[in-house]
Amino acid sequence: MRLWLTPVIWIGSLCALAALLPTMTPLFSWVESGTDNLIYTRDSFYTLLQSHIWLVLASATMGTLVAVSAGIFVTRPAGRDFMPLVSQIASIGQTVPPVAVLALAVPAMGFGEKPTLFALVLYGLLPILRNTLAGLGGINPAVLDSAKGMGMSSVQVLFKVELPLAGRVILAGIRTSVTINIATAAIGSTIGARTLGDPVIAGLVNGNTAYVLQGAILIGLLALATDGVFEALERAWDKLR
Amino acid sequence: MIELKGVTRRFGEAVAVDNIDLTIETGEVCVLVGSSGCGKSTTLRMINRLLPRTSGEILVDGEDINKADPEALRLNMGYAIQSTGLFPHWTVARNIGVVPTLLKWPVQKRDERVTELLALLGLDPETDARKYPHQLSGGQAQRVGVARALAGDPNILLMDEPFGALDAITRENLQQEMLRIQRQLNKTTVFVTHDIDEALKLASRIAVMDQGRIIQHDTPEAILRRPASAFVENLIGKGDRGLKLLALRTVSDLMERHPEPRHSEPGSDSLNESDSLRIALSMMLWTNTEKLPVLDATGAEVGIINREQLMKVGA
Repeated sequence: MRLWLTPVIWIGSLCALAALLPTMTPLFSWVESGTDNLIYTRDSFYTLLQSHIWLVLASATMGTLVAVSAGIFVTRPAGRDFMPLVSQIASIGQTVPPVAVLALAVPAMGFGEKPTLFALVLYGLLPILRNTLAGLGGINPAVLDSAKGMGMSSVQVLFKVELPLAGRVILAGIRTSVTINIATAAIGSTIGARTLGDPVIAGLVNGNTAYVLQGAILIGLLALATDGVFEALERAWDKLR
Repeated sequence: MIELKGVTRRFGEAVAVDNIDLTIETGEVCVLVGSSGCGKSTTLRMINRLLPRTSGEILVDGEDINKADPEALRLNMGYAIQSTGLFPHWTVARNIGVVPTLLKWPVQKRDERVTELLALLGLDPETDARKYPHQLSGGQAQRVGVARALAGDPNILLMDEPFGALDAITRENLQQEMLRIQRQLNKTTVFVTHDIDEALKLASRIAVMDQGRIIQHDTPEAILRRPASAFVENLIGKGDRGLKLLALRTVSDLMERHPEPRHSEPGSDSLNESDSLRIALSMMLWTNTEKLPVLDATGAEVGIINREQLMKVGA
């Protein structure tokens, strides 16, 4: 249970801070003394946090499903022809900055949450796909040979040997993907999605550092909490398999 | 019984196995020997269909293996390889139990089998069973590999240079264990190696392979006495052929047996019944004697062996 202590502490402080920020007027007046609008009030921080987490969670789920299945497909005999194509897309995709993906999604899908979600799924796919390929490809061929030689069917080899062995690397890919997407989702505010990026953008536009700080602190904490959860998940995986 | 009839395997243009015929009788150990790239591993891997054959027929107990379901076929063929291929995320016990699990044996029967095999291979059922493969030495890992191959009680055992990566002493030990286990279980075994000494030691018959063909298929003694070609002669080594011949037989084959076991003098030079004639000769050279007493496992003197007889074996 000590495994989960760190993430629980982070999540606790994130929730507490989201609730307490509106009461911290004196602190922010010290940062931004020239104005009365010290606390971002257009939405409650909880609403923003919720919508932010929903965006990341939805995109991570879809991204993981698509990327892991694609990774599995191209490492099967039937899909091996697509392997070079898919691994190239995975590497090239990494060189495109997430903001560019967001900007390209707008003309195609308009403003709001939809293009943000689309961009997040698309961008989040790549680290997962790359790690799925690395994880499955990194298994000692002798292990696969003997698994087959023992009489396991291809499905049994996949679920009893390949995925348990590649799982940790795939999990690390999902971790990278989610961490990047927490940051990218914040930029989603520029194209009309409601996220923790709202106070940051509003603050930048109006020259209000207090707003920027409030958004940034919550995003930072969210990233730390999520990373803590994945750290614990990876350790739990090692014990479980 | 395994029969290969006109079996060929091509990789693109290259011919790895070239129209070979080979019959392996039930209960015998057939060793495929040859230098690397001669097609011996390819031949082995065609028997459990890890590689498809290009042409020809492979029959197991009269049935064409291509008619059987490949998984069912492999479940009835133990498979051990040089790099062990143990599942790194499973304990030793779970590794050994993999085929029984696939065969859906009841849990208790499987666990008993695992314990039995750990003991048979000289591993500790208490401590070693819970270890992971990376915690084992090379020799232990290979023992687990062999145990895993035996676990489902298969009729056929396929072994691809299982002891190739071990040091000389560990290999020697495992070869002894193999002989002991084979005497107990009598599995039809196909064993691949590049080491002619290993082949001579383990085989009931040896198939010497070169460039995808079988050059000679015969008993170890016949291969030593009548090598079919210069290649085989080279492989067995002309120089110490006589000693290799002596190594094939044990002292108990040749000794003059006493009518009744006698009490032996402790501390004097003597041989064991199970020692090879090669050891007997070496001992005679070392102690410069004509005769040596032979003891059985309990230490009683059961016979005597003399140099004259020994010298005639090679002739």
